[in-house]
Amino acid sequence: MTRTDQVAVLTPGVQPGVSLAQRLQRGLSALLLATSFVVAAPAFAQDVQADAGTATGADGGGEAAPAAPHDFAGDVQSMADAGFSEKEDLAGQIVQSGNPRAMTVLQALLDGKLYSNSDDGKVYIVGDAPDDATSLPVSDAITGETLKPMSPDDIDRIGTNNGLRKTLKVLIAQLKLNDPSATVRRQAVKEMMRDLDDSTIAALRERKAHETDPGVLKRIDAGLALGDLGGADADKQLAAATLLYGDLDDEVYNALKPLSTGKDTDPRVRAAALKAVQHVDFWRDIYNAAQTLFFGLSLGSVLVLSAIGLAITFGVMGVINMAHGELMMLGAYTAYVMQLLMPNHITAAVLLAIPAAFCVSGLAGVAIERGIVRFLYGRPLETLLATFGLSLVLQQLVRSIFSPLNRSVSTPDFMSGVWQLNDLFSLTWNRLYIVLFALIVFAALQLVMKRTSLGLKVRAVSQNRAMARAMGVRSQWVDAATFGLGSGIAGIAGVALSQLTNVGPNLGQSYIIDSFMVVVFGGVGNLWGTLISGMSLGVVNKLLEPYAGAVLAKIFVLVFLILFIQRRPRGLFPQKGRAAEG
Amino acid sequence: MKTSFINRLLQSDRGSGIFLGVLLLAAILVPLLNLAVPEGSALHVPTYTVTLLGKYLCYALLAIAVDLVWGYCGILSLGHTAFFALGGYAMGMYLMRQIGTRGVYGNPILPDFMVFLNWKELPWFWHGMNHFPLAMLMVVLAPGVLAFVFGWLAFRSRVTGVYLSIITQALTYALMLAFFRNEMGFGGNNGLTDFKDLLGFDLQKGSTHVALFLATVIALALGFLACRYIVNSRFGRVIEAVRDAESRARFIGYKVESYKLWLWVFSAMLAGIAGALYVPQIGIINPGEFAPLNSIEVVVWVAVGGRGTLYGAALGAVLVNYAKTYLTAALPEVWLYALGGLFVLVTLLLPQGIVGLLRKLRKQSS
Repeated sequence: MTRTDQVAVLTPGVQPGVSLAQRLQRGLSALLLATSFVVAAPAFAQDVQADAGTATGADGGGEAAPAAPHDFAGDVQSMADAGFSEKEDLAGQIVQSGNPRAMTVLQALLDGKLYSNSDDGKVYIVGDAPDDATSLPVSDAITGETLKPMSPDDIDRIGTNNGLRKTLKVLIAQLKLNDPSATVRRQAVKEMMRDLDDSTIAALRERKAHETDPGVLKRIDAGLALGDLGGADADKQLAAATLLYGDLDDEVYNALKPLSTGKDTDPRVRAAALKAVQHVDFWRDIYNAAQTLFFGLSLGSVLVLSAIGLAITFGVMGVINMAHGELMMLGAYTAYVMQLLMPNHITAAVLLAIPAAFCVSGLAGVAIERGIVRFLYGRPLETLLATFGLSLVLQQLVRSIFSPLNRSVSTPDFMSGVWQLNDLFSLTWNRLYIVLFALIVFAALQLVMKRTSLGLKVRAVSQNRAMARAMGVRSQWVDAATFGLGSGIAGIAGVALSQLTNVGPNLGQSYIIDSFMVVVFGGVGNLWGTLISGMSLGVVNKLLEPYAGAVLAKIFVLVFLILFIQRRPRGLFPQKGRAAEG
Repeated sequence: MKTSFINRLLQSDRGSGIFLGVLLLAAILVPLLNLAVPEGSALHVPTYTVTLLGKYLCYALLAIAVDLVWGYCGILSLGHTAFFALGGYAMGMYLMRQIGTRGVYGNPILPDFMVFLNWKELPWFWHGMNHFPLAMLMVVLAPGVLAFVFGWLAFRSRVTGVYLSIITQALTYALMLAFFRNEMGFGGNNGLTDFKDLLGFDLQKGSTHVALFLATVIALALGFLACRYIVNSRFGRVIEAVRDAESRARFIGYKVESYKLWLWVFSAMLAGIAGALYVPQIGIINPGEFAPLNSIEVVVWVAVGGRGTLYGAALGAVLVNYAKTYLTAALPEVWLYALGGLFVLVTLLLPQGIVGLLRKLRKQSS
């Protein structure tokens, strides 16, 4: 969507032929300035400076003639009353000034956040505020100093038009092209490739001359090749198409695609373009499949996280705990409360929430076991009803304490954002972390069950209670501890969920049926079964989604599970031997 | 002959007699107090109350259906509102077709929501639903067929206990998701509503509601008698044997699956009838009726009243729903606490429900 919008905005400039003419008329001097800045040779700059002065004079002729060259503050001040073409000149001079705040100011102008006050003639940058805000957070555009909030009535937005915005984009890209950070430079090249013309190609050439980072250099080459591709010279086109083989960039693909089918294209170029396009198509399919797989795995990890605690209480102990979802909800609210307690340390709050949620939900679980479940052992249907009643009470409790509205828990920095491999493949960090987290929790639980004395006792009691008691295991204590363990893990799952969705009283309810399905599908009493069934259900769900839509995919999966349970009532990996009889 | 048959049905069970007596009393008193007593009088029963009572009795019929399978056969269904809602939708479809040109868009054939979705013709399953007999057939057939297919699969592969409970819950959940989709052709999120008349009687009129109330009372009484008949028959004895020791009943030579299946299908049809009576009184049916929470709530009514008694289930349904009406209006915050607490207390302290408590008290006093 955003991409389309950008293209729409830029359309006047993208049209071949028009672009150059427009540019020459509108902002010739600004561009010259910008280009010269790229060269960054002081002596030469001086020369162009004079040039710019005359150009502006001839062009604008308005009363707001720009102040002395290199006067960053003056240029910014003059923005307030300048016409659009003068603004383009001023923007060029702001770049020329070399002031570190140049980019901030230009970006603010581009985003419509640069305001002026007609009384004192000062220029301000306005921060984010709702549309109907009565006071706006402002900072001084020249110094960056934060000022007292102002009323929207006192200041006027400094306007832009399409031509100016286009100039600004190029200027900003060029500023970024000279940024010390290679990542920023690479991003700048990428942005310029969206919208190549003579000036940007010139800028890329200049940069190529003294670029040292091989990654950036490669992108610049791709950008220049992309420029050649748009030209009329068949040999250059051929060389470009050959060079661009294997490049997965969207822009490259969009440029090659018409060439690969075009009637007028040189046959050699067409063949080369077709080869490159097919290569991209091939990789696109692979990456799409990988992405679907990843989405499926991340959904599966959520299922595994929510089901694995249930695999302990239901699978190992045979207790139906319908309040399991609410124990997850308690964990999610623990994360929310931790964040309220430590508003300035989001990362620490989330990390601390994990043990805290384990304790909160675990203790709640022990209380449930001691208070309700232990009176109902051997009566699974009654347990189901009693714990369901409990889940209603817990939901209402949370509603009464925290309000029925959904709360959002902020995501720590290291978890937000996207990991972009290339234009075809990107993964969000939080989903990636959830997958990892699910695996860690699973491994930890497996370790507890197989390597600790608690795990040994739990397995002993679940296999043969009477014998375990005869061997001196305090079965009541083990029951409470097992239930607490399963519930604590539900709490941890709640913390993970709080990073994916909003936290609300109904959070748990939506997962309870899914979690039971996962446990039953995987085979009761089998942690590995839960892992595999959760992951495979997640993947199947995501595989179906493109064809059937999200809701129908879910229905299909439910129906499949209902049918599956008929065929194999004990799940994918049934317990074998005597333990299964009980 | 007939009286002796009913006598035999009620033999050695005072509760059933009292239950039918109360129903008869309600069937006489409520219409009388609504229609014959003038509105200003203290004895007048407003139409609103008649509708409310009718709703409770629909729930009572649903509770009896659940009690029949849970109390007597040990099948804890957490998806019985699926059958209830299917019956309701069948009735709703009939009522939708009756609107005709009086809808917002005035289309004589297509219900409003289809015109809104730009559909050109009626989906196949809507055909003929404007005929009352066919619609009534669908009221029992739709839930019955679903129950048959589901039960045939589930009982044959010997899915029992909590597994069965969970997949019934998954069933109603899947149906809820499906009915939420506009493409299903059942009005999506909004469901079916804006009904005008039933068999030519205006649904806005008080007298229609009284008639519906009477119909509900009769359906409840007949449903109750039918259930009593089943549980007192030889069939019912086998059913109880299955509940208490399924393997043993099987080894003796009974085809446990078919016994369970027919009981299950009958119970689903009963639930469908309850739904069909519910919809014209409430005036709307939407996918929310499929919500798994509703099904579990039904189980609580049965547990509160006392399972395995039939009239206890009806009693529980009326009492809990009265409490719900009262509490959600007076103390909305408290309702979920009360309902949740009821679940816990009844299962822990009153495993036989109110009826069991009364029996115990009587035994102690005698």
